[in-house]
Amino acid sequence: MNIVSGLINGLSLGAIYALIALGYTMVYGIARMLNFAHGDIIMVGAYAIYFAVGISDNPVVSILGSIVFSILICTLMGVITEGLAYRPLRGASPLAVLITAIGVSYFLQGIAQMAFGAKALPITLPNLGTIRLFGTSISVGTIITLILGLILMLALTLFVKYTRTGRAMLAVSEDNGAAQLMGVNVNRIIMLTFAIGSALAAFASLFYLFSIPSVDPKLGSMPGIKAFAAAVIGGIGSIPGAVIGGLLLGLIENVCKTVPGLGQYTLAIEFGILILMLLIRPIGILGKKRRVKV
Amino acid sequence: MSDIMLKTENLGISFGGLKAVDNVNLEVKKKQFYGLVGPNGAGKTTVFNILTGVYQPTTGKFYLDGTELNGKSQETINHMGIARTFQNIRLFSNMSVIRNVLVGLHNQKEFRCSPFTSMFRMPGHYDSEIRMREKAKEILRIFDLEEERNNLSCNLPYGKQRKLEIARALATNPKLLLLDEPAAGMNPNETKELMDIIKFIRDKYEVTILLIEHDMKFVSGICDEITVLNFGTVLAQGDTKTALNDPEVIRAYIGG
Amino acid sequence: MKQYLKNIKQSFKLKKSLNYFVIAVFLIAMIGLDAGGMLGRSTVGILSRIAYCIILAVSLNLVVGFLGELSLGHAGFMCVGAYVGCFCANLLHKSIASDLLVLIIAMLIGGATAAVFGFIVGLPALRLRGDYLAIVTLAFGEIVRNIFNGWDAFGGAMGLSTKPYDAHSLFIVAFIVVLFVLMVCQNLIRSKHGRAITAIRDNEIAAKAMGINVTYYKLFVFTIAAFFAGVAGVIYGHSVSIIRQDYFTYNYSIDYLVMVVLGGMGSMNGSIIAASLITYINVWLQNMLTGDLAGIKQPIYALILIAVVMFNNAPALKPFKERFNLRNLWDLIFRSRRKPEVIKDDAAEWNRIETKIKIDDLLSVEVPPNKANTPDKPQKDGAAAKPKKGGK
Repeated sequence: MNIVSGLINGLSLGAIYALIALGYTMVYGIARMLNFAHGDIIMVGAYAIYFAVGISDNPVVSILGSIVFSILICTLMGVITEGLAYRPLRGASPLAVLITAIGVSYFLQGIAQMAFGAKALPITLPNLGTIRLFGTSISVGTIITLILGLILMLALTLFVKYTRTGRAMLAVSEDNGAAQLMGVNVNRIIMLTFAIGSALAAFASLFYLFSIPSVDPKLGSMPGIKAFAAAVIGGIGSIPGAVIGGLLLGLIENVCKTVPGLGQYTLAIEFGILILMLLIRPIGILGKKRRVKV
Repeated sequence: MSDIMLKTENLGISFGGLKAVDNVNLEVKKKQFYGLVGPNGAGKTTVFNILTGVYQPTTGKFYLDGTELNGKSQETINHMGIARTFQNIRLFSNMSVIRNVLVGLHNQKEFRCSPFTSMFRMPGHYDSEIRMREKAKEILRIFDLEEERNNLSCNLPYGKQRKLEIARALATNPKLLLLDEPAAGMNPNETKELMDIIKFIRDKYEVTILLIEHDMKFVSGICDEITVLNFGTVLAQGDTKTALNDPEVIRAYIGG
Repeated sequence: MKQYLKNIKQSFKLKKSLNYFVIAVFLIAMIGLDAGGMLGRSTVGILSRIAYCIILAVSLNLVVGFLGELSLGHAGFMCVGAYVGCFCANLLHKSIASDLLVLIIAMLIGGATAAVFGFIVGLPALRLRGDYLAIVTLAFGEIVRNIFNGWDAFGGAMGLSTKPYDAHSLFIVAFIVVLFVLMVCQNLIRSKHGRAITAIRDNEIAAKAMGINVTYYKLFVFTIAAFFAGVAGVIYGHSVSIIRQDYFTYNYSIDYLVMVVLGGMGSMNGSIIAASLITYINVWLQNMLTGDLAGIKQPIYALILIAVVMFNNAPALKPFKERFNLRNLWDLIFRSRRKPEVIKDDAAEWNRIETKIKIDDLLSVEVPPNKANTPDKPQKDGAAAKPKKGGK
């Protein structure tokens, strides 16, 4: 195994995790809730791609078309779940919101299973081929994942920092009530956050299908939980934290997979790191400490 | 044994560069009524939070009855003998009145009974349970809450919730009772009544009382000594009348 | 001693321990039917399944309903118990002839191992807020599965084969364990320790200030709950011939969360009823539906879960809930006037009680009168302070 290809593969996997983790971290930062169903949005996006990918024989059109369709569906799904399930519970106890989010996740999985069956459906994405880089061959999908992923993360960071809406998001995450008093429409901001997070999840689902080309109702849950772990490791609520956490987790996973004898315990190692992180530094790498007011 | 119950030495805490409390020295004598007054944001509640272990002080030390309490956990500090009430009432609102007090009685030696004793209903369980109820009723009687003991605490009127919080704190058998604005939101009658109760429990349970209060009538009516804080520092200290008439204090309150 | 016996007798008053009696009567009836040969193999199988589901739901309720922490790793504890307990049982069968004895020893060992893990998982609970803890417990469950999947001594990916216990007597043992678990949990909750645990749930800051050892109680509850989950795992292991790790996914934990929420968080009887009903319905659906349609139960449970949580918690539904809760419905039907909100055992009634603070009370918190110079208005005689009784 070449170091360069291992690095690039790991980073590209990490970029997927980072994109999903951004959804978690933004929603957590702004709505103060763990959107347990975020992973299942990826599953929804993957099914959307499954149905849209055949629209054209041209690989570029096919991929562009399916990602646009997937973004539409995911965003819609994110906004609908927010409006129907989470908005009525704003201000309720965190436990209630979390249980509802778990319910939504459970619901989406169940519906997908009813509609499309529990079996994995193979999906044929257009073959993008491989290129030779530093003496190894790497698939173009991996390269696209890495580059596009990084571009999206950068765009999001700039959006939050430099646009009016982005600053309103920051304000809501700092102090919900005060932002409302300053004329920020909190509900609109939260809905927008869900929309952005879900759109990123749509990209993540496409990238995920580059490496594992089959769709099943539980497709989203494991990457979802891993991405949450990444968000926590990076420091939940922090956008750069989610990126760092995601890339780190991707690298670790790839390293574990290549070391003989360790491969089957990859999951245990990743979650072990999460638990250790929470015990040693619960606020994550870049997290900010919040003081509980007494 | 000296007659000092609580002593703080250069107590201070800063939150990210902001000195919320700086260089506070208190000496509260046994069975004394001691007041902590000052404008809003003067750091009074922060002092309480340090004394009960919620915050760790960045500088200084504090002693209860000669024992240093720095770095102890909230639970341990309560076991050592400091109990408190909260500015914004923190009752166990989904529990009945008597259960609130019973939770306060939880750690007393005379009611000790291991979880396994309770799980298998061994003899110690009923014994301690019955005695705890008697004790809780006794405390509630002082606060005139015995009648309401089976009501939900969140359904009590505001003044009674304040009283229940004091009752609950008293149930932990403290040497030093910290009351954070005990008379806030009470009408003059209730305030008067509360003053009587506090005096009574001081004599009966021999507790020392340190209180934060904005009601100057209350303060001058009950406190032997006070410390006036402003922006985290001590403005004036001493017996109530002199300290309140200090020109610095008047300026801090009225402005100018 | 006499007093003690009196107390014991009192604690077995029908009202307080109706659930034991119901379960015991049900068990005796089932034993009778079984002795008459009226229960088939599949029926007794369902009975033991109901029993271990009740154990799991009741113990999860201890964590979620009473302590107020969300655990998604209950299947993980069950998994540890099942694997370790049945592994030991396989070894013990060589030297001990009595199956019952082996089962009991296996339950103790499985439970104890799960309890150790419960303790370890409880440690982060001390530092983490609800959401994080949910993820830690979930991660724990997945780690456990991942490790058992790779561990060849426990059968690896093939699963651990066990010696199934006679189904016609397993359900009797299982229901006796249910009675035991119920007794322990109920007695714990109805004691000073139960008060401490619910106090932590209601207001952790105040509980700490009252000297409640939050660390101790959180770990204690996690350990006990994990112990019982482990025991349930051993019973499960003895009802099947092979234990596979993919049975214990976190979706399986969520199934139990559904039972707890549906039965009412903080209600033992609710958990028992919900666990028995849902388990029975699941079996029934499994026989009725085949293929992809079997997936229908998942979205339905999800919708019920969301509906129940929303009904109990949504701020907008509060007035609605106050008008149409069960008690008021009862009043409406029978026109009986009950005393307002006088409750004896509030630990069990947590989720049924609406918290009502009068509007003017709230106002007086937010806008305190200018205290420094409140004018001393002369009070009407009637409103003057009553002389204090307790003071003298």
